[in-house]
Amino acid sequence: MSDKYPGTPLDKGELKRGKIFMTSYVPKLRYCWDTGEAIGRYLEELRNGRLIARSCNGCQRIMIPPRMFCERCFRPTDEWVYVKDTGRILTFSLCYVTWEVRRLKQPQIPAVIEIDGASPGMGILHLVKKAPLKQVRVGMPVRAVWRTPSQRRGSVTDISYWEPDSLNKEVG
Amino acid sequence: MSRRRVAVIGAGMTKFMHRALETPKELAWLAVQSALASNQLKLKQVDCVVLGSAPDAFDGVHMKSEYLSDGCGGWRKPFLRCYVGGGTGVYAVAQAWVQVASGMFDTAVVVCEEKMSTCQPHPQAAFLTIFDPITEQPLKPNLLWIFALEQTRYMETYGITVEEIARVSVKNKRNALNHPAAQLGAKLTVEDVLASEIMAWPVHRLMVSPTSDGAAAVVLASEEVARRVTDKPIWIQGVGWCLDTAYWTNRDLAYPEYVEKAAWMAYRMAGVKEPRKEINIAEPYDPFAYKELHHLEGLQLAPKGQAPKLLADGVFDRNGDLPVTPSGGLLGVGNPIAAAGTMKLCELFWQLRGEAGKRQVPGKPERGVAQAWGDLMQVGTVVVMGTKKPQ
Repeated sequence: MSDKYPGTPLDKGELKRGKIFMTSYVPKLRYCWDTGEAIGRYLEELRNGRLIARSCNGCQRIMIPPRMFCERCFRPTDEWVYVKDTGRILTFSLCYVTWEVRRLKQPQIPAVIEIDGASPGMGILHLVKKAPLKQVRVGMPVRAVWRTPSQRRGSVTDISYWEPDSLNKEVG
Repeated sequence: MSRRRVAVIGAGMTKFMHRALETPKELAWLAVQSALASNQLKLKQVDCVVLGSAPDAFDGVHMKSEYLSDGCGGWRKPFLRCYVGGGTGVYAVAQAWVQVASGMFDTAVVVCEEKMSTCQPHPQAAFLTIFDPITEQPLKPNLLWIFALEQTRYMETYGITVEEIARVSVKNKRNALNHPAAQLGAKLTVEDVLASEIMAWPVHRLMVSPTSDGAAAVVLASEEVARRVTDKPIWIQGVGWCLDTAYWTNRDLAYPEYVEKAAWMAYRMAGVKEPRKEINIAEPYDPFAYKELHHLEGLQLAPKGQAPKLLADGVFDRNGDLPVTPSGGLLGVGNPIAAAGTMKLCELFWQLRGEAGKRQVPGKPERGVAQAWGDLMQVGTVVVMGTKKPQ
């Protein structure tokens, strides 16, 4: 039955003992990405300690990250709109593995955070910290913790992380 | 619009392996040769070749499709490469259907191939660049994040538990024990799955499909050719595909709208009005355990949030009312990105012809649906296949 399915699985031991020929290559690739007008302004405002969005009069959405055209209406967006640096967790995870496949003792907490002032369900990806693991939940109010003005460079990491916001009311 | 009827007349695949000795070209060659041998069509009778394979970054080979084409039977033939992440395995067959249904070609070979073992120490590093370079990559995300974030949202929205999700791993890995090409068939309990390491809560290690090397291929033919070559053609009754926005943080991840849209595109073409009643066998995409349930709901085979209950009731077992993933899926057979979806179509082909051996679902199924998914939680690709010729 098995010969219907060709293929030669390799044994990890054979690889280690050098019984299989292999060559390797490490690419050197450097990229310099243009931000475009919308994200350029987004980063500039982050350096100023503020979050900014863009509105579309077609679908009435206030969108973050901002964009110069609305992908739904397929028309240019209309105005810049400042939004708050508070919000609510839409979803989260407790991740014990890094992108380099290292194990972590204390998990990172990536989350999608709905931003106050933007349209409902309009979230951004970021990290939550200083939250007891058992308390992190969907709907939890959070607020941004900013780097100091001299540390900010115009990057999404100008917000260092998001922490639980006891001052904001949880939406039921 | 005038469209010809198209049938699948052959299927073949390699084993799915953690690491294969074979090169990408050799894997493609083995799968295509196997698919052609299964119906005795010769390569010179194949009019065109469609290939699906992941971005060049995974193999470190630029213009990978041109490099692979020799192994695909593509020498001096019309050749098309397509890719939509994990959705490719089903998408490539849909695109090949277009080639034949349009009347442009009478026969097509579709092959999807992946070698994930090449990128060291782990293809995770190649995946990093799927995230937006400016708004997301500085946070150093990894692929586990997006699955875990989606699973949390799905569980929270419908009140689903990890135990309910773990049942998918149990079913699919058990089904895979009957698949001779499978990488990770196993007899597990829900407790085993939940005892496995938490990678990114709520995702446990045994809820995650492996990276794999492998290839799978099918042969398509117009009605006229199919009639001459086989007495058991399996007709492609419907195809559908749909891509959602890359702004995934602006979407509600609890339900895959794009899978629903792709599914209705295929169902409408197939004349299917009540999928739950008219589909006899389903192969939804299962890279993570919860995704099978998520996709069954998008495929209209379970009401929103209800797939876990139907699974617990045994509806989706091989001898249940609607067998789901009798192949063993990505969780059990393996996950070479582009090839996994095609493996599901191979499974439907064999099941609908009664040739699935120990995996055969009872009751002579007449119609099946295969679905794949990919990109930044963006794409749904669907093919409906059956024993009855389309009108």
